[in-house]
Amino acid sequence: MPRPPLIEFQNIAKVYAMGDVEVHALRGVSLTIEQGDFAAIMGASGSGKSTLMNIIGLLDRPTGGAYLLEGEDVSRLSTERLAEVRNRTIGFVFQSFNLLSRTTALENVELPLLYAGAGGAERRRRAAASLERVGLGSRSDHHPNQMSGGQQQRVAIARALVTEPRVILADEPTGNLDSRTSVEVMQLFQELGRSGITVVLVTHEPDIAQYASRVIQMRDGRVISDERQEPKVAVVPAWTEGDEKEAP
Amino acid sequence: MNPLQTLRVALRALVRNKMRSFLTTLGVVIGVSAVIAMVAIGDGAKARVEATFAAMGSNMLIVLPGTSSAGGAMGGFGSMPTVTWDDLQAIQTEIPTVRAAAPQLRANAQVMSEEQNWGTQVLGTSPEYFQIRTWPVAMGSLLTQSDVDSGTKVAVIGQTVADKLFGQNSNPTGQPIRIKNIPFTVVGVLSKKGQSQWGQDYDDIVVVPFTTFQQKIKGGLKNYIEGSVAVSATSADSTTRAESQIRALLRDRHRLPLGADDDFSIRNLSEIASAQQEGTRTLTTLLAAIAAVSLLVGGIGIMNIMLVSVTERTREIGLRMAVGAKPGDIRLQFLVEALALAITGGLIGVALGVFGAWRLATSFGWQVLYRPDVIAIAVGFSGLVGVVFGLYPAHKASRLDPITALRFE
Repeated sequence: MPRPPLIEFQNIAKVYAMGDVEVHALRGVSLTIEQGDFAAIMGASGSGKSTLMNIIGLLDRPTGGAYLLEGEDVSRLSTERLAEVRNRTIGFVFQSFNLLSRTTALENVELPLLYAGAGGAERRRRAAASLERVGLGSRSDHHPNQMSGGQQQRVAIARALVTEPRVILADEPTGNLDSRTSVEVMQLFQELGRSGITVVLVTHEPDIAQYASRVIQMRDGRVISDERQEPKVAVVPAWTEGDEKEAP
Repeated sequence: MNPLQTLRVALRALVRNKMRSFLTTLGVVIGVSAVIAMVAIGDGAKARVEATFAAMGSNMLIVLPGTSSAGGAMGGFGSMPTVTWDDLQAIQTEIPTVRAAAPQLRANAQVMSEEQNWGTQVLGTSPEYFQIRTWPVAMGSLLTQSDVDSGTKVAVIGQTVADKLFGQNSNPTGQPIRIKNIPFTVVGVLSKKGQSQWGQDYDDIVVVPFTTFQQKIKGGLKNYIEGSVAVSATSADSTTRAESQIRALLRDRHRLPLGADDDFSIRNLSEIASAQQEGTRTLTTLLAAIAAVSLLVGGIGIMNIMLVSVTERTREIGLRMAVGAKPGDIRLQFLVEALALAITGGLIGVALGVFGAWRLATSFGWQVLYRPDVIAIAVGFSGLVGVVFGLYPAHKASRLDPITALRFE
């Protein structure tokens, strides 16, 4: 029996009631994302890409259709069960990093493990390994306000990786970064993709989408195109810590 | 998340905002310290009143004879002897709530030792007197029934009299003294009782058997007691019953018709004592109530800050939910934060209250009494305040939608 796809959307619909008006955010989206995909979801604002992202990330439930995550229908799970599955399966990366202020990088990365019920020593060990993986092993006791935007986003990626999730969901991860740092982050995602982690990226910037191996275009709550492409290899001039904000 | 982790997360959040956390706990600190200090001072005052009345005698009643009226001039209580020795006997034997009764015959007299002399009060009474007043000897022995029966010329003297006649730290037992120039032998010195509430020195007294008193010091009527009768009831609760039983007995014995005034009067010292205690207790309750209100205000302060904190940390809550926190985890975290604030406030309050009461007591010369149960209740109550007032903000936090929370600016 073949392994079920990692993510399978079967005619997913999402309708919001805004007062008396019904807003159709998603109008029957069917798509599958396989293990190891690096997919970029593109579309104008209001196209439904954020709603799609929230449903993939189990932050929201569809009002119609079925969402199979690793073959299991998760579209009708309770809030508590969703939190558990989310903790285990999905790592989030946000546009605005969402790091806890006045908290060290290590503690920020530990956060998901806290809710996974891991013990203190294990949390620290895994968080340190995760920071190492994004190249910030030496910065584990720094606070977010002592780090550059690119470093903060890498801490956030370390946090997303720490539970060894199946999928990394990145919502405009380069929206607050300059172009050089953006390339660094995309390079990191490509590395993760090569190591078998599935990355789903929401962006409205075509330059960012070209680093992905698959581009899904959305408009008015529907998928209008879904194409595989040869990803552009993210190449950043070799950088040393501390000078990354300088012009290339 | 296990409870210890929850506590650590909550404490870290509080430490991140030290100044605010401190100001938030201040309400509870003031409330708890006020409760502790007020109750400590109130209980101290109560204990002092109790001690004062205990010095007077336990469960004590005093029966005073009636008033005389000669040509329209009304004498005071006790001016006309109406209570007989037989009445005293009857009070002692016929009333079950009476533990003991003793006559009190008083006279002022000059008392002399070989070196000194001193004007004091001489009391003629029976051995029961010392039992009624709960007054043991410091040295020697008390009067005995045989002293009374044979009218022996023996005396038990108070500490003040002993000091005046024989000097400090002397042992006057067996020494001769003269009362109104009649020789007596000192058989004992009473333990120190101190001053009454009104400044009267209890220890400035010479006690002799009432028979000797009548024969040698101040003669008088044969059948009537020219003084008062001290009575002790069997317990504090039975003083009122004893009072009414004595009244009924005496009215019956004096053949007073229905509606006629008593020809004697009864003072219930326990009642005075309990009235005083009631007074201090009311004051303590009132002060503690005011303090409890301030604790309540402190609780509202915690709720206020917790609500602000929930709003301020909306994004944090959203993030925690996104990385796997369940609504219950969030609720618990905020509840534990409120609880930690309140309990910390409570503990600081206890320290401050204990110190404050001690400080006030030393500067005003009051007595304080710390009750562990009150301290435990105050801390427990502050914890309860934390839970009650933390519940709503915590619930509000747990109900946030992670998507909206993450987008919150």
